[in-house]
Amino acid sequence: MAEAAKPATLFEKIWREHVVVDRPDGYALLYIDRHLIHDGSFFAFQRLKNRNLKLRRPDLSFGTPDHYMPTDTRRKDDVKDPNSHRMVTGLAINGTASGFTVFDIGDRRNGIVHVVGPEQGITLPGVTLVCGDSHTSTHGALGCLAFGIGQSEVTHVMATQTVWQKKPKTMRVTIDGAVGNGINGKDVILAIIAKIGAAGGTGYVIEYAGSGIRALSMESRLTLCNMSIEAGGRAGMIAPDDTTFAYLAGKPYAPKGADWDKALARWKLLPTDANATFDREEALVGADIAPMVTFGTSPEDALPVTGVVPDPAANADIVKRASLTRSLEYMGLKPGTPITDIKIDRVFVGSCTNSRIEDLRAAAAVAKGRKVVVPSWIVPGSGIIKEQAEAEGLDKIFKAAGFEWRETGCSMCLGTNGEIGRPQERIASTSNRNFVGRQGKGVRTHLVSPAMAAAAAVTGRFTDVRTLKS
Amino acid sequence: MTPKDEGRRRPFNKVTAVAVPINQANVDTDQIIPGRFLSLPREEMVPHLFRDVRYNDNGTPKPEFVLNKPAYKDAGIIVAERNFACGSSREMAVTVIQDNGFQSVIAPSFGDIFFSNCFQNGVLPVMLPEPRVDELLRFLLELPGAQITVDLPSQTVTGPDGKVDKFEIDSFRKDCLLKGIDEISMTLSYEADIKAFEARRSA
Repeated sequence: MAEAAKPATLFEKIWREHVVVDRPDGYALLYIDRHLIHDGSFFAFQRLKNRNLKLRRPDLSFGTPDHYMPTDTRRKDDVKDPNSHRMVTGLAINGTASGFTVFDIGDRRNGIVHVVGPEQGITLPGVTLVCGDSHTSTHGALGCLAFGIGQSEVTHVMATQTVWQKKPKTMRVTIDGAVGNGINGKDVILAIIAKIGAAGGTGYVIEYAGSGIRALSMESRLTLCNMSIEAGGRAGMIAPDDTTFAYLAGKPYAPKGADWDKALARWKLLPTDANATFDREEALVGADIAPMVTFGTSPEDALPVTGVVPDPAANADIVKRASLTRSLEYMGLKPGTPITDIKIDRVFVGSCTNSRIEDLRAAAAVAKGRKVVVPSWIVPGSGIIKEQAEAEGLDKIFKAAGFEWRETGCSMCLGTNGEIGRPQERIASTSNRNFVGRQGKGVRTHLVSPAMAAAAAVTGRFTDVRTLKS
Repeated sequence: MTPKDEGRRRPFNKVTAVAVPINQANVDTDQIIPGRFLSLPREEMVPHLFRDVRYNDNGTPKPEFVLNKPAYKDAGIIVAERNFACGSSREMAVTVIQDNGFQSVIAPSFGDIFFSNCFQNGVLPVMLPEPRVDELLRFLLELPGAQITVDLPSQTVTGPDGKVDKFEIDSFRKDCLLKGIDEISMTLSYEADIKAFEARRSA
């Protein structure tokens, strides 16, 4: 039967398994297998209550507070702002009332929602997964269909376990050949966004494929899919393979024993069929990808560390020229400045993009035996990652180098917990958005990989991590 | 179980209003409503629309920022460049725009999540071809206070130059806006299908 079926993409296979209602106008009611909830979803519970509705499937809902908790404490009562306090405490209260699992503050399993899902084995190949957060695209790294939704849709999923979606188009981005040493998934995705633009993936689900992707670790794949939304793509996906299965084996919520064998057999059928077609194809050569640094206020403003700040006047597109001019003014940069001449004031290693164990190892490898010259933070993605890093002695390396070793949370990625930079402060950040004001009013954010962030921390400027002697 | 009134809202039909030109590409939702205001109750969020690009450090309005100009005091439509409201899924980006009196946003393209969020709140996002949006922006910049009409039943936008453009909208979204119903109300009518799906999957 499978042989007779039309060749299908990974996306198509998951989509068609989850359609509850198909409307002739292209909208489908999709069944949702996993709903992840963070502290920012507070208002959705209020709306559910106002409408006299209840959480339909508490068994498929999982919560972890991450956006509003400061990372220098684990005491909720240290959150002095009453609105933030209400967000931080609300999730566990709603969890108890509605009967779903919450990895609360103080639980070692607590962490950033997009780190916790895969780490707990809640995120599995072939499932549909949503969360009221745009970086839900992260989870697609395990071969599932995962996308961010708004607060109203969160309420909708809570009430119905479904969401209305118009079927997106498909794009395949192929990376030919492995990337070089010192290159992280972060560099790969920034290179992709620089190529296709911040709106290049709008309306598409992006599948990353090719030998360069196969060779990436699970952590790098999660980083890559995480920033699909910065290319405009609501979801990013990577076909599950042995790397995926090895990562998931033994995870708390992953299937066990005979169930695991059955699941594995199913998951192996998920990868895109050889003759399946995509609406759009893009390709990059893995060996060409260098450590990347953003210089502007859109993630598409990314360059290899060996580059120079471009001259807006050289851009033929008038819209782009105007926005580049504004960007450079905000960033306080002059055209023609080598990236490696840009001095930084502060470093942030963390966020759902780059806070996993491999990220911390990469930063520690650079930090080892060196000293930071600017204030620098390490914010692990979860309590479990923090424990593991401490077991490996990474915390000692960081502390010896002068880094602050903090508790888990979203922290300076978006500053909803009050952790923000000062106006005009220039930050090398492993997060996902260099938007105007994202890390605090007037803050100048440069996006980089964890190794590049650590290199910036110890040299005070952007430094090609490949040139640092270990 | 009878849902309360929240499932219904004012139907969207036609709006004629002053249009604000935001001539910048890739305006992200962090700019529309910065992260530090997201825990505020909705009514307290209203004055913070475009907070950091609209006000000086000392809190005084920047006279050159478009929303601070008297001509746009009663504006009801936004016209923006491509990829408007990209980035974060924060639905407050829609509600803060709506609570400042805007009923429709016109742009060549939008952030996908913002686009969906608009419909959830009864705001109509309209996609027009980039050359036409550029033309509209030029008109609005030259004639501050000029009006635009967005008509949902006929799916048309009438510019200050009198030129009429057709726009596309899915019948599903159009229906919900015209009737003023939200998706939850619609989906609850499919309860039997959802139950059947769940039964099939657990079998």
